[in-house]
Amino acid sequence: MREIKLPIDDETIRSLHAGDAVLLSGVMMTGRDAVHKWMIDTFIRKTREPQGDDLEVYEAIKKVLDHSVLYHCGPVVAGLDTGDYRFVAAGPTTSIREEPYEAEVIHHFHLRGVMGKGGMGPKTLKACQEEPAVYFHAVGGAATLIAQSVQRVLAVYKLEFGVPEAMWVIEVKDFPAIVTMDSHGKSLHEDILEMSEEKLKAIIGV
Amino acid sequence: MQPDLTQELLELVRLAATDLPDDVEAALRAARDREDEGSVARSVLDTILRNVEMARANSTPICQDTGVPIFYVDMPQGWSMREMRRQIEAAVAEATKRVYLRPNAVNPITGKNTGNNIGDEYFPTVHFHEVDGDTVTVRLMLKGGGSENVSTQYKLPDSRLHAGRDLEGVYKVVMDAIYQAQGKGCAPGFIAVGIGGDRGSSYYAAKESLWRRLDEENPDPALAELEHRITEDANKLGIGPMGLGGKTTVVATRIKAVHRLPACYFVSIAYMCWAYRRHMMIYRNGKAEYK
Repeated sequence: MREIKLPIDDETIRSLHAGDAVLLSGVMMTGRDAVHKWMIDTFIRKTREPQGDDLEVYEAIKKVLDHSVLYHCGPVVAGLDTGDYRFVAAGPTTSIREEPYEAEVIHHFHLRGVMGKGGMGPKTLKACQEEPAVYFHAVGGAATLIAQSVQRVLAVYKLEFGVPEAMWVIEVKDFPAIVTMDSHGKSLHEDILEMSEEKLKAIIGV
Repeated sequence: MQPDLTQELLELVRLAATDLPDDVEAALRAARDREDEGSVARSVLDTILRNVEMARANSTPICQDTGVPIFYVDMPQGWSMREMRRQIEAAVAEATKRVYLRPNAVNPITGKNTGNNIGDEYFPTVHFHEVDGDTVTVRLMLKGGGSENVSTQYKLPDSRLHAGRDLEGVYKVVMDAIYQAQGKGCAPGFIAVGIGGDRGSSYYAAKESLWRRLDEENPDPALAELEHRITEDANKLGIGPMGLGGKTTVVATRIKAVHRLPACYFVSIAYMCWAYRRHMMIYRNGKAEYK
């Protein structure tokens, strides 16, 4: 299993291939549905004026995300009343919901990785080739185990989106994942989809 | 006087969120042993099983998506449903505070998360039944959003799949649903199928079928045969754990048939993820016992 340090340089990204198992260590950030919508509306397509602390948060997360990983995750977090946050359960959420936005987010923030479960579509795969970046697949539901690899919560932004939807900046150590979409245009998800479609047709006879 | 079962219900929530049932874990271990050594499928299942052990030992959620809590309450005549609901809500709110549950109740109009898993009369969901005798049974199932999103409903006939209004048609649409889901519902999954009903009761029947333990056969021989056929054929698709390839796409299939309308033939597929969380509390003679 390859150990990868965050932030990740381009040479390392290009050396990763679909099917590779990795252990990630370093600083990354969580972001899911509300975060993608907020990023796109406020800073990328700019259909909404920045409000409240939007600009400050934007400046802070730009630094975190540059050459790092955006993790599709809505964690269970302890210490909400004291601010002494601790991740209790933190498995990945389904990534495909972010397909309409992710390519633009990857380019805008110079992400080197997106992590979640279920894989993503052709727009994201193309962005991975161009940037370069990869898609890391975490084991869905393995929430307690993954939470153990989260060493510290460094910051949280937009907690008003709700605990699952906020942006949690976390330091991880040996976070287990599998590269399923690489920067060379290969997607394990596409391969499995095609193969299983052929088998389905043969089995049910359509 | 109806006793206050809030503490007993809190323990039920804790168990459901953190302790995978023994039959489910045994089935996942068997699946793990079937996968090739050194395969991605086996390493995914190893991760899953390690996670299951850790969650149980640490009393932390197996999966961070603790779903909509769905309660099924069997109570003797004379017990108050309003009072039981109040106690269930108190237990759910306390379980959220103790981080057995993630705050999951989101207002669809304002986007606001209530923070304590108490939404409205649908969240948490509570189904009540009146029973003979003086035993109270409360069952709780947690089913996450990823598996809800790949759950789906067909109406037969379905011309795309050449599926008619019979069990052969049911077989075809269920196979299609499993293919469509790929690994997105957190495969390997448990496929719960409701046949018949209206659109609502059809899904209800599907989820209800998930209460039958994995070592129990379907009492209807035709449905039992169909369950085995679907499981076996689904595992020929090669989708595998998390959709990354492998021999186990579906661990088991469950089917429940309910009466339909003459004009309708619904087939509802409630996809249950590998984190198939269900527990039961039996309360009698002032004592609670858990299964």
